[in-house]
Amino acid sequence: MSARRIFARPARFAAIAPYLWMVLFFLVPFGFVLKIALSQTAIAQPPYVPVFDFMGGREAITAALEQLSFDNFKLLVSDDLYILSYLRSLTVALVSTAILLLIGYPIAYGMARLPQRWQPVAMMLVIVPFWTSFLIRIYAWINILQHDGLLNTVLLKLHLVSAPLVWLSTDSAMYIGIVYSYLPFMILPLYATLAKMDVSLLEAAADLGASPRQAFWQVTVPLSLPGVGAGALLCFIPIVGEFVIPDLLAGSDAMMIGQTLWLEFFTNKDWPVASAVAVVLLVLLVAPLLLYERLQHRQLEAR
Amino acid sequence: MAEEIQKSEPELERAAEPAKIEPPVVAASLPIKLEPDMPLLRIEAVAKKFGNFRAVDHVSLDVRAGEFFALLGPSGCGKTTLLRMLAGFETPDEGRILLGGKDIAHVLPHERPVNMMFQNYALFPHLSVRDNIAFGLKRAGMARVDIETRVAEMMALVRLEGMEKRKPDQLSGGQRQRVALARALARRPQVLLLDEPLAALDKKLRESTQRELMELQRRLGMTFIVVTHDQEEAMTMASRIGVMDAGRLDQVATPRDLYEAPASRWIAEFVGDINLFEGQPGAAEGGRLAVSTRDAGTLYVTEPRKALKGAVSVAIRPEKVKLSRRAPAVDEANAFNRLEGTITDVSYLGGQTTYKVKLDSGATVSSTMANTTRIVDAYLAGQRVVAWFTSDDCLVLDQ
Repeated sequence: MSARRIFARPARFAAIAPYLWMVLFFLVPFGFVLKIALSQTAIAQPPYVPVFDFMGGREAITAALEQLSFDNFKLLVSDDLYILSYLRSLTVALVSTAILLLIGYPIAYGMARLPQRWQPVAMMLVIVPFWTSFLIRIYAWINILQHDGLLNTVLLKLHLVSAPLVWLSTDSAMYIGIVYSYLPFMILPLYATLAKMDVSLLEAAADLGASPRQAFWQVTVPLSLPGVGAGALLCFIPIVGEFVIPDLLAGSDAMMIGQTLWLEFFTNKDWPVASAVAVVLLVLLVAPLLLYERLQHRQLEAR
Repeated sequence: MAEEIQKSEPELERAAEPAKIEPPVVAASLPIKLEPDMPLLRIEAVAKKFGNFRAVDHVSLDVRAGEFFALLGPSGCGKTTLLRMLAGFETPDEGRILLGGKDIAHVLPHERPVNMMFQNYALFPHLSVRDNIAFGLKRAGMARVDIETRVAEMMALVRLEGMEKRKPDQLSGGQRQRVALARALARRPQVLLLDEPLAALDKKLRESTQRELMELQRRLGMTFIVVTHDQEEAMTMASRIGVMDAGRLDQVATPRDLYEAPASRWIAEFVGDINLFEGQPGAAEGGRLAVSTRDAGTLYVTEPRKALKGAVSVAIRPEKVKLSRRAPAVDEANAFNRLEGTITDVSYLGGQTTYKVKLDSGATVSSTMANTTRIVDAYLAGQRVVAWFTSDDCLVLDQ
């Protein structure tokens, strides 16, 4: 049987299908966005110039290409509105990821130590919220956090506060919303790593004189780092671009980059600047991802 | 990377040759003062249940300092549970475990002066060989300089010099086994527990490692307790063997006594091969007891010391059954038992040959004979022979 037969057409299609998908639904749209980012805003339909006229022949396309410029990117650097938005997004994502890790790790650890037959149940409990729409769950939080909402009622009944606190439109509300929404994405990869950890390693640690606390820090934690990395990335990246939660729960004095983008696009109708914001955001997110990949690759090679 | 591992294999083979006896590098530190007749480890009526399953059923056992003791039994017999209770991973429901006279049955594993070598080795995958060995020393709060010295000592002891920086998954199976051994020995435990230490190795490596373990144990003068399901392994390495079945400790004996004087029919069948003839004991005469068996007529056995009650089995090991073409004279070699039959099967194994002889009653007797000459006067399948054995070589076991 020749090698050519093995790579017959269906197999070859299966091999290139993921790339086809990436080109069609990521690279091509990204090309559009990049092109718009390099354009100028205009009162027109679509609201930017130049527009490629493929019927006009080679000269028309060259003329259009010459009109493209990096002006929008210069604007992003010159106006600190954008820089502040990016910084706020990164800060919020960093703080949220840290809180998620602090809450998610003990939960995942507890799940992995449950008796075998209870583990699927615990897993279900983590996944169940997904059956309700994300937006509805955030609106439910508005209800809980409002002036006479559930949280204030409970706090008053327990005499922990004497007057209702302001929750809505604060950073606390936003963090509550983000942590609540992203917790499963932190727990599941952590649980997966912790559950497959060999229990005899902990016994070996104990046998060699490590107290349960020492065994946790010397054995469990280092061995769960891949799970920590996966969970942190799964949370950090979407939180940076988060729009709905800060828009509905946080105040309006500081904006995350997702909100800024929304504003440029829908309120200011400035598609080119909005596109530039999106391109920079993508680069900001992809850079650490590539770095992480490279690092992991090097670790694998060191083995 | 794969090449490096392959390259180190011949070193292993060479290392496997019997080493010269050197003075002990690691003297087992014994803060415990033992009275002259006191066992280092005393297990007193220890019992452990998992739900309704009696994993360990009131086992009592003494192990003296410096012994190489093997717990032998089929899987599920409770030997691993007993070992895990010695390590502290399980707590006995009843009984005491005395180490140097002090009850440690409820002492936490990390506070016990015993160490264990795990069946799957349980090496820390994120730590280098050096850090694996140093793990227990760091927990003991040893000074950095002393740790370096001890690690180097251990690496030399198990002949792993130069592998300090490797991670466990960069080692061959045999090398991992050595790291596990070095790590367990590094703290100089009073008792080293070994859970199926050779099960993961291939046959060739297993044999050389057996010899190394024995050599190491003798050199260190340390007490080893090994759990195994492999009776040959237990016989080769241990100075004494405890046979377990269904949670009970059935017999504790030297390898020789276990083989030649098994306490029960079950042990006789579990340790080595054996021919069994069921029958009723008759009258004793001149130090010999006549047992009338269903399959082999009347067999004469040397009168056992203990009283027999009811049906018995006459047991004879295959290598003690001789074959000849004609029946030997009565006075020759005490050959009181002669069974006629036809050879049905011949298994040539190089050093020895096992013959299956079908008796006229339909029962089969196995006979193993050493091939002491090159030109063997062999018996062939279909030949009529006399299988004979002396009354001294027979055992009488309760049914």
